[in-house]
Amino acid sequence: MIPRIYIPGDSGALALGAEKVAKAIRAELAERGIEAKIVRNGSRGAYFLEPMVEVATAEGRVAYGPVKPSDVKSLFDSGFLKGGHHKRWLGAPDKIPFLAKQTRLTFARCGINDPLSLDAYKSLGGLKGLQNAVAMAPLDIVKQVTESGLRGRGGAGFLTGIKWKTVLDTAGERKYIVCNADEGDSATFADRMIMEGDPFVLIEGMTIAGIATGATKGFVYIRSEYPHAVAVMNKAVEVARKAGVLGVNVLGSPNAFDMEIRVGAGAYVCGEETSLLNSLEGKRGVVRAKPPLPAIQGLFGKPTVINNVISLASVPIIMDKGAAFYKDFGMGRSRGTIPIQIAGNVKQGGLFETAFGLTLGEIVDDIGGGTATGRPVKAVQVGGPLGAYFPRALFDTPFDYEEFAKRDGLIGHAGITVFDDTADMLKQARFAMEFCAIESCGKCTPCRIGSTRGVETIDRLAAGIEPEKNLALVTDLCNTMKFGSLCALGGFTPYPVMSSITHFPEDFKPAPARVAAE
Amino acid sequence: MTMQPASTEIQSRTAAIIQELKDLEGPLLPILHGIQEEFGHVPQDAVPVIADGLNLSRAEVHGVVTFYHDFRASPAGRHVLKLCQAEACQSMGSDAIAAKVKQLLGIDFHETTRDGSVTLEPVYCLGLCACSPSAMLDGEVIGRLDDEKIEEIVAEVRS
Repeated sequence: MIPRIYIPGDSGALALGAEKVAKAIRAELAERGIEAKIVRNGSRGAYFLEPMVEVATAEGRVAYGPVKPSDVKSLFDSGFLKGGHHKRWLGAPDKIPFLAKQTRLTFARCGINDPLSLDAYKSLGGLKGLQNAVAMAPLDIVKQVTESGLRGRGGAGFLTGIKWKTVLDTAGERKYIVCNADEGDSATFADRMIMEGDPFVLIEGMTIAGIATGATKGFVYIRSEYPHAVAVMNKAVEVARKAGVLGVNVLGSPNAFDMEIRVGAGAYVCGEETSLLNSLEGKRGVVRAKPPLPAIQGLFGKPTVINNVISLASVPIIMDKGAAFYKDFGMGRSRGTIPIQIAGNVKQGGLFETAFGLTLGEIVDDIGGGTATGRPVKAVQVGGPLGAYFPRALFDTPFDYEEFAKRDGLIGHAGITVFDDTADMLKQARFAMEFCAIESCGKCTPCRIGSTRGVETIDRLAAGIEPEKNLALVTDLCNTMKFGSLCALGGFTPYPVMSSITHFPEDFKPAPARVAAE
Repeated sequence: MTMQPASTEIQSRTAAIIQELKDLEGPLLPILHGIQEEFGHVPQDAVPVIADGLNLSRAEVHGVVTFYHDFRASPAGRHVLKLCQAEACQSMGSDAIAAKVKQLLGIDFHETTRDGSVTLEPVYCLGLCACSPSAMLDGEVIGRLDDEKIEEIVAEVRS
């Protein structure tokens, strides 16, 4: 048997040198005259171990990581093609604690095989959900998704099935499925990973959504910062078309569904669903007022399902294993699993899919292993640039939509950025306002002007000018932005600002006092 | 009105891109990406051609071009270096990285070196948040930036 070597082609792994490792392995194979097949898989998401190279042995896969090009020679010397021992030896990948502790439903296949091999996809349960769906009435599919309790993983947490029901019930000669892959929140990379590592699961999910709602056309709107994801998705759509997964007869059924990949152009606000729709239509990515809901008048004024990548990629398993299976995971009204992305200053960063309910402390300390710098954790921002900063005192908060809301925070797209004790929360609050000013689409005055005034006011605070008055002004401004903006950009920028002020008041004391305190 | 030769060429190449893509649903962004790929920026002379081809006003096209950070009004340097400045990278010292790169290249964000070798830009998230601080050089991703990697990058863009 020809040995098989798996080297991730995921952009996170590439950023850590996977291409150089692949080159070194190829050179070493040539030099030693060994014939082997190199498979470029996705990433399993344990980025602290990337580039993680795996070999297929008689006893199953054996992983090595993080592999540097300089390790390659000694890996061959240690007989790594047969799983031999080496200082980078990690053993069976699914036994690595970070991966073994996860519950992988949406990411079950991500990182295991060549993402563009439809046969590999099918061999691990792919297309079963779609096969079930083509034999069902649209309303029954919608019911199953609704009963699973799946909520929008983009951040809003709206029940996916209810959205679909509205589109199904709205008459229209043409309907659309739009996948929001404009994953702009810092600390999030789940969408990127699934698109690069298991693109067919997204295609399958979108096709099911099409059949369930009567939509025949889908668009995936991917941000331009993700060129690798764009490339993989484009190729995967081609493969799916050739195999009859997409086309006029989906899997031989009378259902028609096809899709296109579209690329954004660097506007953060286009992650907001209505500005994304405007962008797809070829307009400025300005937010639309709701109502009308996109489900009733969406893309080109037609009924449109607009869902996040992870919401859609979670549908195939629900259609395969059933609503009850999925719903069985989780807590309260947060059902199923959530791919938590642990990022920033953290020792064991990566994607951790698990049922809802872990506490923030368990995620940061136990799974993430604390900070990369080894210093104490000062704050964690949950939910991207529009999410609140949580201090250690709130680490008992369970990962659940409602529990986070109770503590003036949000889960968002489930990204967590860890900061050590060198973080200056005034600076973070200022950045939140600055980011809002850069990215505001300009439609709502509180967001457009308020963010710039916010930066100025925080600068005055930092300079120690009338601190009490300026603190009151920032608070008032946040209140206006929160209630006076149409979308989450202006509406949620107050979360990082106010949480910094509330939980870290010492960072907002006038400058002389701050120096004295240190 | 007489056209400059360069402008005529821009117009004919733009027209070809429009012809290829105009039947897409919502073709403007794909067309603008195509034009930027062709010319390295979206030339002013392309705007009236697009407006004409899609039955839009020039103001509408101008509005779209200027809304998106990606579309350039003038060509970038031979290399484009994007440094992530978002929160996850901030937590790992992206500020210091940016300061160092700016100092080594002698330019600020949104600027191009005098020899035209490199344009420096901030980017807000590359989705490499577990490999911070990160950067993108001509579409290639780089994670866990440190002084050594910065020096390698600077040497590469300068060569």
